[in-house]
Amino acid sequence: MTATMTERKLTMQKAIAEAIRQEMERDESVFVMGEDVGVYGGIFGATEGLLDRFGPDRVIDTPISETAFIGAAVGAAIHGMRPIAELMFVDFFGVCMDQIYNNMAKIHYFSGGAVKVPMVLTTAVGGGYSDAGQHSQTLWGTFAHLPGMKVVVPSSAYDAKGLMISAIRDDNPVVYMFHKGALGLGWMTHNPHATGPVPEEPYAVPIGKAEVVREGTDVTVVTIGLSVHRAIDAAETLDAEGISVEVLDLRSLVPLDREAIVESVKKTHRLLVVDEDYRSFGMTGEVITTAIEGAFDFLDAPPIRIAEPDVPIPYSRPLERFVLPGVDDIVAGVRGLVAA
Amino acid sequence: MRLHDEAIVGAARGRHDLKEVAMEIPRDDLVAMYATMAKIRYFEERIREIYYEDKLPAFDIAAGPIPGEMHLAAGQEPVAVGVMPHLRPGDAITATHRPHHVAIAQGVDLGRMAAEIFGKDTGLGHGKGGHMHLFSVEPSFGCSGIIGEGMPVACGAALAFKRQGKDNVAISFFGEGAANQGAFHESLNLAALWNLPVVFICEDNGWAISVPKHASTAIADNSDRASAYGMPGVLVPDNDPIGVYEAAGAAIRRAREGRGPSLIEVRTLRLWGHFEGDADAYRSEEYKQEMAEHDPMVTYPERLIAEGVATPAEIDALTKAAHEEVDEAIEFARSSPYPAPEDALRHVFA
Ligand SMILES: Cc1ncc(C[n+]2csc(CCOP(=O)(O)OP(=O)(O)O)c2C)c(N)n1
Ligand SMILES: [Mg+2]
Repeated sequence: MTATMTERKLTMQKAIAEAIRQEMERDESVFVMGEDVGVYGGIFGATEGLLDRFGPDRVIDTPISETAFIGAAVGAAIHGMRPIAELMFVDFFGVCMDQIYNNMAKIHYFSGGAVKVPMVLTTAVGGGYSDAGQHSQTLWGTFAHLPGMKVVVPSSAYDAKGLMISAIRDDNPVVYMFHKGALGLGWMTHNPHATGPVPEEPYAVPIGKAEVVREGTDVTVVTIGLSVHRAIDAAETLDAEGISVEVLDLRSLVPLDREAIVESVKKTHRLLVVDEDYRSFGMTGEVITTAIEGAFDFLDAPPIRIAEPDVPIPYSRPLERFVLPGVDDIVAGVRGLVAA
Repeated sequence: MRLHDEAIVGAARGRHDLKEVAMEIPRDDLVAMYATMAKIRYFEERIREIYYEDKLPAFDIAAGPIPGEMHLAAGQEPVAVGVMPHLRPGDAITATHRPHHVAIAQGVDLGRMAAEIFGKDTGLGHGKGGHMHLFSVEPSFGCSGIIGEGMPVACGAALAFKRQGKDNVAISFFGEGAANQGAFHESLNLAALWNLPVVFICEDNGWAISVPKHASTAIADNSDRASAYGMPGVLVPDNDPIGVYEAAGAAIRRAREGRGPSLIEVRTLRLWGHFEGDADAYRSEEYKQEMAEHDPMVTYPERLIAEGVATPAEIDALTKAAHEEVDEAIEFARSSPYPAPEDALRHVFA
């Protein structure tokens, strides 16, 4: 076909909505539930256009009853459906976590593998626009800590579509987190890299495979979500200084592609982990441990991490900026590592 | 399709004959309710105007002097002002993501509240919380961005008052959307079981973002749900401060006397979008026009004047005074300094 068709560009938000639409067309058992997923098309547009296309039986606006509708997704998944339930912001998980981690994530194990729960829990994550401490967290480390659910976080439009298709087809519960600042929403400052080429036809990106999104030789930066773009921006600045940075986009925390982490560290000998999540007991600790376990002898310097200090996300702009990982923080971190 | 039309019909009906109730309701309260409504509405208008500074032409939620989500309560003034004349020092309030009208009516420091909304160091929370997380010790006020979050906390405040032998009450405001959250049902049961001095006030504006009440709630009136928990449930069918005043007065008296909790549902109006920047495309122009015709900021003072409770000159003077107070608060907020970035690390623990 023509070059323009293969080069079609979409925002991550449109890529997600397209993936869901194509899977709903392919498979009658796929349906969507959540608050404002119908007429509104999802607060972050993940279900844009779906109500018109599939009607209210397959695109269901729910009451503000997350325990009930996420639990109902579990029940429907057990009984032959492939529900997609949207938790509007991940921060709201508190009102419904029992259904998520005691039911959705454990039933397959409890049943000795007999009962499958093929559902997707979609949710918006991340800060950077002063929405304060109940609307700005990522919390992926919290979900990844609890066994039994896959945790997927796309950083590009291409991955967003392919990972959503994989998530829907997966026979396991998948928590699919999209970073608000990477969606390409018209009403929010967003990273321009979030818009990218997306093929029209359905395709799957495997869950559990990290991707080297930028090759380098001096330092490995491991990260996920919007911070992938922060890391790429930092790498470009550092390039001018003669420091070559490799950026590894994990793409999922569960499964974690430990091999890819170890392999990259063996190559660069230096590791910086960037996480837009709380510092302690989270992804940064897990990735660094993985590197130490798998590549201890290769490390030329102690690994370092940039993450949110262990405080709730504050509202006020200067406070929030202080807490979130920024491009400058990454640049400074890499410089420090190279000097060490 | 007509949605949420009862509120409109109710307001048009003018259920309360002002002359009659005016004999029972002190004139000062009737007039004070207007003054507070004027303060609330003007505050919301000013915040709205400033919110869009530097955000346009291409709306950017992160930009401007007031970034982030902004849920304003224009139209819902009657629910807040009808409750407040019955409050005493020491009473506690929990409110929602749409908190300004309630906080203003309760008398939360207007300057520090505005400063918090601007993210300033002089704000109620030194810029940590913002518009959805306003906390005040005196008067006791709290709110949350999580739907249904305030109801259990109000039960706890009421439990504390009871244990301490005080005759204070706790009031929990929440939207009709929140009445489908588990916390609502658990809290009502707990409050009734323990005979707590708490009053639950459901602000039924007919909408939870884009979802109309009939699409989220299996019954027409949340006030009917009270009977399932063994407490009185009252419906105030029109967006009328006087109706709220009467219902809240009875419920608060009951709670103070140790006779337990009540649930009040008020049909009110969300005149603007769910949050600022909401295109509000899910509500028809006709519907919005109809709401505007029942704007309590127009209908209530008209009634006060028509029925001889207040003169137009008095209303004007009250309006002017309210505006001045708000302007002063906003000026204080604007001119206050931002917190130092590293202050982000403070206040995690006591
Ligand atoms: C637990 C939880 N679920 C969902 C949301 C997202 N949300 C914010 S406001 C809102 C609608 C609330 O409707 P209602 O309770 O009627 O209050 P209103 O906005 O009408 O004042 C929703 C769904 C939330 N903040 N918390
Ligand atoms: Mg509502």
